[in-house]
Amino acid sequence: MRHLLSAADLDLAEAVHVLDTAGQMAATQAREIKKLPTLRGRTVVNLFFEDSTRTRISFETAAKRLSADVINFSAKGSSVSKGESLKDTALTLQAMGADAVVIRHQSSGAPHTLARSGWTHGAVVNAGDGTHQHPTQALLDAYTLRRHLVGASGRDDVTGRDLAGLKVAIVGDVLHSRVARSNVQLLHTLGAQVTLVAPPTLVPVGVEAWPARVSYHLDEVVEEVQPDAIMMLRVQRERMSSAGGGFFPSPLEYTRGYGLDARRLAAMPEHAIVLHPGPMNRGLEISAEAADSPRAVIVEQVANGVAVRMAVLYLLLSGSGPEHRGGPGTSAGVPEGSLSTDETKVEA
Amino acid sequence: MSSGTPAPTDGQTVASTVVLGPAEIARALTRIAHEVLERNKGAADVVLLGIPTRGLPLARRLAERLVAVEPGLAGTDPDLLVGSLDVTMYRDDLAHHPTRSIGATQEPDGGLDGKVVVLVDDVLYSGRTIRAALDAISDLGRPRAVQLAALVDRGHRELPIRADYVGKNLPTSHTERVRVLLEEIDGRDAVLIEGDAAEGGAR
Repeated sequence: MRHLLSAADLDLAEAVHVLDTAGQMAATQAREIKKLPTLRGRTVVNLFFEDSTRTRISFETAAKRLSADVINFSAKGSSVSKGESLKDTALTLQAMGADAVVIRHQSSGAPHTLARSGWTHGAVVNAGDGTHQHPTQALLDAYTLRRHLVGASGRDDVTGRDLAGLKVAIVGDVLHSRVARSNVQLLHTLGAQVTLVAPPTLVPVGVEAWPARVSYHLDEVVEEVQPDAIMMLRVQRERMSSAGGGFFPSPLEYTRGYGLDARRLAAMPEHAIVLHPGPMNRGLEISAEAADSPRAVIVEQVANGVAVRMAVLYLLLSGSGPEHRGGPGTSAGVPEGSLSTDETKVEA
Repeated sequence: MSSGTPAPTDGQTVASTVVLGPAEIARALTRIAHEVLERNKGAADVVLLGIPTRGLPLARRLAERLVAVEPGLAGTDPDLLVGSLDVTMYRDDLAHHPTRSIGATQEPDGGLDGKVVVLVDDVLYSGRTIRAALDAISDLGRPRAVQLAALVDRGHRELPIRADYVGKNLPTSHTERVRVLLEEIDGRDAVLIEGDAAEGGAR
């Protein structure tokens, strides 16, 4: 693995290997001394063109726990807001000796552009690009599912196990969700069955090609599929009004149709768990009862996020030295609607 | 110990010589167990930390012998004496080799604080694994003492590190490769020397 750009970059063996490595990383985080010397002398740059405090802190914590040097670069207040291109920013980072660039960008495909361009010789980790991918989120979700649902509900050693046979429902704004896209791919790779549940207006065009079932009725899915886990997606408040696209008539109507409340939670199998990538809109896509129920593993997802990101940084940065990192990447193709020019102006 | 100097190789193909057989490995472990007991005047505070992969089964076998010789030790359950210590994340050569898989670290139930830790590994060579292990131990706790047991010491140290208990001193050249096979992992007990002048020593 040279870069992590998309959940589709990982085959079954690689995905399980990342989860196993994350398991060992998580074990070290229970110790009194959480810091490991593993990546001493390596530099990780968090290049965030879009605000995301959680994801940045998670990557920063992961890199620091492995003793890497961390540089946080936020587009706001930097030269990027004065019109500097992604290319020039990347060349600057390369000159400063970045071994890995963790990039969050509002344009789908920006990480691919960076990885394939040769502007940086470091490993590129996609920390969320537009509505496209958020692979480490999918990995931490898969890790959380495996911990709770595989091997006698997490009592056995789950090393080497995938998610074969698990049923997962992903509910909400699938159209705009990179979390949903990454999860559908990764969960499918790991052998789980995914059902997407969304209002028809929030189902993307071309969803038939995804390895998932689609339903417009949450109650039916809860009743018939009896999912082992339900993953709620965040609804952006600005998308609710007609000015934001008018994807649904009113918040109340969305909550009635697609919100997770105590009643729907009670209709799920007893062992089922509730995931949410955060931050939550309590009262909109998830009720306070559901969010605070013992079956909600939302806070644990945050802790697992650090372990998974440690694993990803370890797998990308250990191994061969920077001298072996030359040349353009070999990653998968650039998705549709992605950046195509070299000189991409970034609006901060 | 029976065998003498390892047989030279023809320099073309991999020739392997069996240096220790099952009986000799068993005898060496029994001797080490007695030495551990003697040096520490019993084994009241002793815990064994095996370095995966092959140090771990060796540590288990040593623990069985300790319990057999010293009745009443650890409630006669040898597993309580044994932990495993993965040192991958503490290595100083991570950047020079292909990415290594990280193994499990399992502390013995009582932890390491105040204990006498006996590190167990199959082959002692450059000493760098043991250096990493010492770093790893210091992140886990503060043992009273750390000792080192190796089934084979093949020399060529790159650090001032020395084993307290050695199954067999095996003078080797850098171009040779020492392989330890264990019943639990490889299906048989043996220590082999493989000479391959073209490839160089791998351990």
